[in-house]
Amino acid sequence: MFFINLFNYLIMKNTVKVQEVNPSFTDRRNFLKFSGLAIAGTGLLLAGCSDTDDGDSSNSNELPGMRNNVFDLGGGDFGILSYAYALEQLEADFYEKVVNANGFTSTFNPIEQQVLTDLYHHEIIHRDFFKAALSGALPNPSTQLLPELAFDYGSLNFQNRAAVLGTAQALEDTGVAAYNGAGQYIKDAKYLVLAGKIVSVEARHASAIRSLINPNSKDFAGDDVVNSTTGLDVARNPKVIIGEVSALDIIQTPFTAQFLP
Amino acid sequence: MNLIKFIESFTDENMLNSTGSRRESFSQFGNLGKNLALAAIPFGLASLGNKAYAGDISPTPNTPTGALQFALILEYLEDDFYKMGLDSGVIPLSENAGRDRKVFEQIAAHESDHVAFLKNALKENAPAKPVFDFTGGNSANGGGPFNPFGDYPTFLALAQAFEDTGVRAYKGQAGNLITQPALLTAALQIHSVEARHASEVRRLRGQKGWITLKDSGGLPPEAQGVYDGEEITMQAGFETSTKFGPGAGSAAFDEPLTTQEVVNIANLFIV
Repeated sequence: MFFINLFNYLIMKNTVKVQEVNPSFTDRRNFLKFSGLAIAGTGLLLAGCSDTDDGDSSNSNELPGMRNNVFDLGGGDFGILSYAYALEQLEADFYEKVVNANGFTSTFNPIEQQVLTDLYHHEIIHRDFFKAALSGALPNPSTQLLPELAFDYGSLNFQNRAAVLGTAQALEDTGVAAYNGAGQYIKDAKYLVLAGKIVSVEARHASAIRSLINPNSKDFAGDDVVNSTTGLDVARNPKVIIGEVSALDIIQTPFTAQFLP
Repeated sequence: MNLIKFIESFTDENMLNSTGSRRESFSQFGNLGKNLALAAIPFGLASLGNKAYAGDISPTPNTPTGALQFALILEYLEDDFYKMGLDSGVIPLSENAGRDRKVFEQIAAHESDHVAFLKNALKENAPAKPVFDFTGGNSANGGGPFNPFGDYPTFLALAQAFEDTGVRAYKGQAGNLITQPALLTAALQIHSVEARHASEVRRLRGQKGWITLKDSGGLPPEAQGVYDGEEITMQAGFETSTKFGPGAGSAAFDEPLTTQEVVNIANLFIV
C-alpha cells in the first residue's frame, strides 16, 4: 500500500521525524537530501508516492533531472538506470581509492590485491557503461544525466584491511540486493538482460570478498545474505537501498528518488 | 541451486551433425587417472548431440511456467550432484582447514532449498525429477567417462562448469519471466546465489571468481562451450575494453545461454 512519509530533518542534529500522512495527500515533493545525513541504523523511506512509481520511462513528468535544485533519479526505466549509475559511481570511486591508497601492496597480499584491482576495473567499467547508456538513451542528457557524485569516506582507513574488506562486502552485497530488487520494475527486456549480466558479476565479487574475509567458512554465500530456508539471495527495493546507502554518509551530492518504488 | 549448469559444447555445426558413437568419442579422451590433469577430463560430447534418449528433456516453452520448470530440472540435477558428492567422500575433509567440505555443504543446502522452492511455486506443474548419470554415460548403471565421485579434481571441474553454466542459463530465462514480477524476482535471487557459488568454486580451483574472455580456467577443450560467448566486450554499443583491456571488459559482464543450448548440456547427464 502506498503511504507518504515526509521527513523533517535538522541538518546539524541529524534527527528525522517521520509523519505518516493521509494517503490521499498528493504532494509529490520530496525534500529529503542525502548530503550530510548520518541516520544511524534505520533505512530511510523516501517521501513521494506516485501513481506511476514504475512508470513508463517516456513519461516526461518522471524524467531524471533537477527538481527544486536537487537532482531526482526519475522514474521508469530511466530511473532504474540512473539508480544503477549512482550505485556504480559509488563502487567505482571506492575501489579507485582502495587501489590507489598508500600501502596497498602491504595492506593486502597478492591475491587480495588482484581481487581488489579486478573489482576496481569492473566497477569503473560498469559506471562508464551506465553513463554511456543513459547518455545515449535520455532525450536530453545535458540536463537528465545524473551528475558525477561527490564522495567522502570520513574516517575510513584505507590502510586497514578489515575496514576496506568490510566496506567492500557491504557495497557488493548492497549491489546484489539492489539489482535483484530493481529487476521487476524494468519494462524494457533489453535493460533487464543488461542488469542481469551485471548482477551476477556483483555476486561473484561479493562471494570473493566474503571468502577473503573468512575463507574457511560458508560465508561466501552465508546465511546472512542467502535465506537458509528458500535459498534466495537478498533483494530490496530502490527506496530501501537508497536509504541504506545514504546512511553510510559517503555520497555528498544530494539526490532524490521520488519516482522509484 | 544450480539448475542449469550444463556444459555447452555445441558450438560446431559439424560436430552436431556427426553420428559418432558415445563410446568412440569417450575413448579418445584417454584414461581418467587419479592424478589426471584437469585438461584431460572429457566434457563436450557434441558428437552425441543427435542421439536421443528416453529421458532427454526438451526445451521448455518461453513462458513463465516454462522458465520455472526448466529451472527445476536443473536444480534437480545440481541437488543430486552435490548430495552424491557429499555422500561419496570425494570431497576432502581436512585439507584447506576443511574449507571444501563447508563450501559444498552450503552449496548443497541451497540446491535443496531451490528444489523445494520451485516445486512449491509450480505445484501440479512441477516436473518429476529425471534420473541423472553424472558419469556422462546416460545410463542408470553409469559407465560414462567422468568420475566426479571418485576423483576430486573432476568433481571440482564439473561443479565449476555446472555453476558457470547455471548463471548463464538463468540469465537466459529472465526475459520469459518479465510478465511475472514476483517470479522474476525469485529467479534473480536464485541466479545471484548461483553466481556466488560459481565464484567460490572457481577460487577453490585456483581461478578468479569471474570469467576472463572465454577462458575455461583449465577445463578441457571439450568444455569450451560453457565459456564461448563470454569473450564479448561490446555491451549495447559501449566498448568495455577501452580502459583496462578486453579481459577486464569481458569479465565485467556475464552472458546468457539459450534454453536449447542448456537443454543440450542437461541431456548429457540424463538417463
